[in-house]
Amino acid sequence: MARFGMVIDTARCVGCMDCVIACKTENQVPEGFHRDWITTEVSGRFPTLSMEIRTERCNHCDEPPCVTCCPTGASHVEEFGRIVLVNHEQCIGCKACLASCPYDARFVHPDGYADKCTFCIHRVEAGQDPACVAVCPTRCMHFGDLDDPQSEVSRLLQSRRHHALLPEAGTRPRIFYLS
Amino acid sequence: MAILSRRRFLKIGAGAGAAATLGSRAPSWAGDFFGPARPGDRLERVPTYCDLCFWKCAAIATTRNGRLWKIEGNPEDPLSRGRLCPRGTGGVGAYYDTDRLRTPLVRRRNRGEDEWVEVTWDEALGEIAGRLQRLKAEHGPEALAFFSHGIGGNFLKHTFKAFGTPNLVAPSYAQCRGPRDVGFQLTFGEDVATPERTDIANARCLVLLGSHLGENMHNSQVQEFADAVGAGASVIVADPRFSVAAGKAKHYLPIKPGTDLALLLAWMNVLVGEGLYDREFVAAHGHGFEAFAAAIAPWTPEWAFPVTGLEPAAIRETAREMARHRPATLVHPGRHVTWYGDDAQRSRAIALVNALLGSWGRRGGFFFPASFEVPKYPYPPYPHAGRPPVDNPDGRYPFADLGLTNGIREATLSGRPYPIKAWFVYATNLLQALPNQEETLRAIQALDLMVVVDVVPSEIAGWADVVLPESVYLERYDDLNTEAFREPFVSLRQPVVESPDDQRPNWWIARELALRLGLEAWYPWRTVEEYLEARLAPAGLSLAELKRRGVVVGPHRPITVEEGHALEFPTPSGKVEFWSNQLAEHGFDPVPRYTPHPEPPPGYFRLLFGRAPVHTFSRTQTNPLLAEAMPENEVWINADVVRRSGLANGDAVRLVNQDGVESAPIRIKATERIRTDCVYLVHGFGHTAKGLRRTVGRGASDAQLITRYAVDPLMGGTGMNVNFVTLRAGAGKEA
Repeated sequence: MARFGMVIDTARCVGCMDCVIACKTENQVPEGFHRDWITTEVSGRFPTLSMEIRTERCNHCDEPPCVTCCPTGASHVEEFGRIVLVNHEQCIGCKACLASCPYDARFVHPDGYADKCTFCIHRVEAGQDPACVAVCPTRCMHFGDLDDPQSEVSRLLQSRRHHALLPEAGTRPRIFYLS
Repeated sequence: MAILSRRRFLKIGAGAGAAATLGSRAPSWAGDFFGPARPGDRLERVPTYCDLCFWKCAAIATTRNGRLWKIEGNPEDPLSRGRLCPRGTGGVGAYYDTDRLRTPLVRRRNRGEDEWVEVTWDEALGEIAGRLQRLKAEHGPEALAFFSHGIGGNFLKHTFKAFGTPNLVAPSYAQCRGPRDVGFQLTFGEDVATPERTDIANARCLVLLGSHLGENMHNSQVQEFADAVGAGASVIVADPRFSVAAGKAKHYLPIKPGTDLALLLAWMNVLVGEGLYDREFVAAHGHGFEAFAAAIAPWTPEWAFPVTGLEPAAIRETAREMARHRPATLVHPGRHVTWYGDDAQRSRAIALVNALLGSWGRRGGFFFPASFEVPKYPYPPYPHAGRPPVDNPDGRYPFADLGLTNGIREATLSGRPYPIKAWFVYATNLLQALPNQEETLRAIQALDLMVVVDVVPSEIAGWADVVLPESVYLERYDDLNTEAFREPFVSLRQPVVESPDDQRPNWWIARELALRLGLEAWYPWRTVEEYLEARLAPAGLSLAELKRRGVVVGPHRPITVEEGHALEFPTPSGKVEFWSNQLAEHGFDPVPRYTPHPEPPPGYFRLLFGRAPVHTFSRTQTNPLLAEAMPENEVWINADVVRRSGLANGDAVRLVNQDGVESAPIRIKATERIRTDCVYLVHGFGHTAKGLRRTVGRGASDAQLITRYAVDPLMGGTGMNVNFVTLRAGAGKEA
């Protein structure tokens, strides 16, 4: 069993949104919704500025509050790569998970279930990277098994300075940003 | 509760055996095609090349159960290296766009009223051919001008060359990259071309002047930019706006708009004055260096300080940084460079800084691109045009080497040197591309005939007499792409899906029109497949192979001095022209000089415009995927200015230019990322054509506000960053 995560090199990212659009086509995300997005953080005063551009999505947390709060068990951690998923048939659209997510990564699909990033499990099971990772023209995104010390993601985390989003939320997110 | 009831509906539907894709209530950007992939889906992958911009990346489209699903990069393609940009990925939306033109249209009443009668192709083409034949008889074939953008214009251009007109133009020259290519030709004897011959990937120092890579999403360049940043290259950015690239720069120079040439001259002054330039390269290949060195002696960093607003120490330090990494220092030539009317000279100054750094032909500088030799189709010779092109009478712009759109417009208005009576416009929205919309509209009103071929009912289509709906790239063949780049390659565009309505591919339109004009001799082929086979066979290739692979890459040839390519300079002197006799002979500065540009009056800001990664010009705003990613533009205004004006981030304002022209309402982006003397917006929004339902009335158009333009005396390009705007608050959305 793997523990999949992402490592994203913000130095390379230009915030072009290719990841966002690739997710829309790959997963046929309905109009008006998206499973990933771009955040641009600017600090300082002109012209002494610094800027971090990030592609963000569900963090597939090790301690996922969306799973523990789900009344029906629809939100769950799957076996193959500890990816946090939603069983559409079991979901009653109560939105408890939306409220519990510190990353605002979920939305209610017009067909009535909570929806979000799946790490493109259908691709990952077939040995491919998630669509966002595969299309990125800046090659700033890396996907792999955080439990495998030899994986590219593990090696990047060992060798580069990095941070995660809202670590204080205590959810142990599995998406890391190299700076 | 509504959500629950919908779920109940779904469960019932699923129980009855209906496909979940049909039962979904989700709003889809893909019509009735919806739902995630399922095991057992029939997938088909069709290689083609992209048309979301001019870069022409090779791509692979995937259909699912016969419906278009997604598009990815072709891993064999030297341009995309298997990865498309967001527009290419969103190309799916070009097919599903609900605002597409569906059938040929003929104007019902007055021009510009955007009221139409639907007609058959036979009626439309018959009407056009009849009117063109009358025009030929009355005024000669030269009275027809053809405006186009992109490779899709090739077949129509062929038809009009056969018809006998020399007036074939594209805004990509005089409204975009023309000055750059002239500046480099005057210096090195060769231009930068497209895709640019820049070895960004291997640059150790990359210098960008107002060229915002990463927002300007030219795929290979952005990929290489990320590679260079990842490899620790030193990036120097001079831009009035803290661009995405500035966020990755070691040195950000917040230059005053319009003074880039002063900075370039000061850099040259330091490189020469401190002896940091490549003496060996200059000694071996330079022409007129001594006179050049004397000419730039006055332009010190101290002189440039009050002009550019940049500290002399910063100018010196960045010049030294460039010298430290030479010859792997690339001062990027930019692409959209029609800014101030002295753009060819500014581009020449960029070429000269590169010459001082010895980066021409070198790894990390400018390589010698290689192309796949595919002979042209053996057509009969074109008829000799009776009159020279109308756009540049008496060689008024002596270094213009391609047609000038603005020259055609001027001739249409004046009737001199001879009348232009018809415009045929392919895939370029001239009202958003040319400066001064009023001049364009007056010229259109003076025409006997205007035909527009487009995929959506653009503003220019709204003014046409006949509108022809083209198939989008995913539904058609086009000419082969054999652009020169790092590796020689040839790529194919082929249909992935059928056109949904009565749209037709450009090759069919061009051929059918030619047949009606009596030009059969120039169309010996009946189908485009025959044409493509005929071109490919002498190159040792077959259409079957291209259809299967999408792109064929030839063997690598040396593209740099390091790899064994010789340095050659096809200039009059055979050398790099630090001093240009050609320019002197025509009365221009043989070495660039700085001339101040007018500055905004009090209360006004210089209007700057640029690109966003998810849109191309004004042609992608109705694409549902790209429109969702960026539905409208904002006007970037320095946060202090916004506060002082009593405005706030997100407020709607109108921009009013120096001539009183007022924009549509646009929301303010109050940001630290721009100087206080200019405002910035992304080009392509503020559409007014009512058929562009998804985007009409969203954001503002820079083109509308560009009433003034400064014409480049060397080559006729139109500098467009010479307009000033003030803010008119309280602009709520119109009812």
